[in-house]
Amino acid sequence: MTKAMRSPGEAQHEYREIRGFASFDDPEALSYVDSNGNPNFELIRQTDEFRTLRRRLTSFIFPMTALFLSSYLTFVLLSAYAKDFVSTKVIGVINLGILLGLGQFVTSIIITLGYSRYAKRRLDPQRKLLAEKTGVEE
Amino acid sequence: MPTTGNPVLNLSVFAVFVLITLYIVYRVSSRNVTASDYYAAGSSFTGAQNGVALSGDFLSAASFLGISGGIAAHGYDGFLYSVGWVVAWLVGLLLIAEGLRNTGRFTVGDVLAFRMKQRPVRAAAANATLVISFFYMIAQMAGAGGLIALLLNVSSKWGQALLIAVVGMVMVLYVLVGGMKGTTWVQIIKAVLLLLCVTLMSVFLLGKFGFSLSAIMQQATENNKLGEAVLDPGAKYGFSAMSKLDFVSLALSLVLGIASLPHVLMRFYTVPNASEARRSVVWATWTMVIFYLCTLVIGFGAMALVGTDTIAAAPGGENSAAPLLAFRIGGAVLLGIVSAVAFATILAVVAGLTLAASASFAHDVYANVIKRGNVEPRREIRVARLTAVVVGVLSILGGIAANGQNVAFLVSLALALAASANLSTILYTIFWRRFNTTGTLWSIYGGLGSCLLLIVFSPVMSGAKTSIFPDLDFAWFPLGNPGLVSIPFSFLCGFLATVLSKPEADKADLAAEMEVRAISGIGART
Repeated sequence: MTKAMRSPGEAQHEYREIRGFASFDDPEALSYVDSNGNPNFELIRQTDEFRTLRRRLTSFIFPMTALFLSSYLTFVLLSAYAKDFVSTKVIGVINLGILLGLGQFVTSIIITLGYSRYAKRRLDPQRKLLAEKTGVEE
Repeated sequence: MPTTGNPVLNLSVFAVFVLITLYIVYRVSSRNVTASDYYAAGSSFTGAQNGVALSGDFLSAASFLGISGGIAAHGYDGFLYSVGWVVAWLVGLLLIAEGLRNTGRFTVGDVLAFRMKQRPVRAAAANATLVISFFYMIAQMAGAGGLIALLLNVSSKWGQALLIAVVGMVMVLYVLVGGMKGTTWVQIIKAVLLLLCVTLMSVFLLGKFGFSLSAIMQQATENNKLGEAVLDPGAKYGFSAMSKLDFVSLALSLVLGIASLPHVLMRFYTVPNASEARRSVVWATWTMVIFYLCTLVIGFGAMALVGTDTIAAAPGGENSAAPLLAFRIGGAVLLGIVSAVAFATILAVVAGLTLAASASFAHDVYANVIKRGNVEPRREIRVARLTAVVVGVLSILGGIAANGQNVAFLVSLALALAASANLSTILYTIFWRRFNTTGTLWSIYGGLGSCLLLIVFSPVMSGAKTSIFPDLDFAWFPLGNPGLVSIPFSFLCGFLATVLSKPEADKADLAAEMEVRAISGIGART
């Protein structure tokens, strides 16, 4: 338990010297995991599987973040600086501002569901591929 | 005063809640021995359970009573405030939850110090956690004082102080007995009760008005002195250039700060893996959407049925909107239940905060900075429990001192601090390989320091009638919320300090490990 309590950084220093030594049993699998069972993360990072995963992840989350932040800030800025516009009545006394605010709720749900769908279809299978190739489990 | 209902009934519903939850906490945590059990509930919760608990962290007294009260008093401007609480979860979902779960074990410091120099970064992360949690905690405890005044009809300062102390002691008991597991269960129970409560109230209200939100709002305008203007922006935040800018700053702090709060970040460790962490945010988003839709109905419902003037005149002011509405539609029994749930809310949120603060001190400062990682887990937990007691005492004292202060303000400051100190640093460390120790320290301390400095010299501290020191005037920063300046500043600090300092070549392996783990989750359990 004491070992587990150490910071992640401190337990890692051994594998560097051992990297590159192949064992007799299964040299193919061992290229990603050294003889102590420590994964060689630098090698894993350079695999095509990992690059694809990273590209798929970042190409979803960063544009999506830009999208929801700008939509939220548009709502905030309209409420602060375009009072007359957001005060336009739409349904009964419910005005455009309230609807835009509720629209933020809707987009939040859509993005949330969209991301979990995307993660299930495009990210998780790719993670599985990477785990199978490198022999490193979660 | 009839509007406060029956204090004895309120108190007994509350006492029943405390007894039941204490029993559950005791039952679930009989084998509370390892550090992982204490800090992260052994990572044994499911995504759904943790998601409800996560939303529980946010359905605080400030948001339940504060936001429904804000809507009841200021209409549109109160509603504006609630939008940020929902959208903010997207930051947690897309950018933070999975990477954090994959690279840390117990605290924010685990992630920030993963590939950096351990001691300075852990110390910095712990400082940030303690400052943020302290602000948030004071807000909750100050809220407790106001709530007690309203619900138990205790008006003397001494009586309120005594009750704040009792609240504080029960909360420490939860943490000591239950650790993260117990605290999470309290959070789940409370969140479910609160959601049931607000959903039933809103369905009832909607039914009363023929399921037309417009009809509720129509009648609401008749009971507000602003008339229909209360449905438009500006009732609270006003129209001066500064007040508008202040509002934008608050909105930014809200959306970026919520997912950066230490006690929320720590929640992601209570699930076994990243996909459960993702699932928990999905659950939290749903519950928050339902909750804030209900507060919209309840807020306008209170304005319609109770009237803004009656609410403003009640003890507790704006905060009393939801309880007064409960009394109006369900009599003393419903008021008792709503009051008990509101109390439970404060207890649960403060317990979560205490746990985050004590974990940060024991795990980052004591175990890793002072003892350099050579410490028995048992001893570390003992230190964590001791810290929880100290934090509890401090928050009782702080709560008594801050009793009567503006709660929403304090919460928004905690959010600005969290966004400034944590968000930039977490994003850089997960997504930017070149980021180094110097950059980490600059972005934590740059964000935290600039934020604190601007708060000290803002109208919140001095120079206005609502200030903490109304008789002094040393304010030169015009905004009440510093987020608009301090959040970009921390991003800038982290960026400049990194590019102007040497890359850490000896940490390349760790950087590779962190990148692979954060993005793919492989090797995350080793």
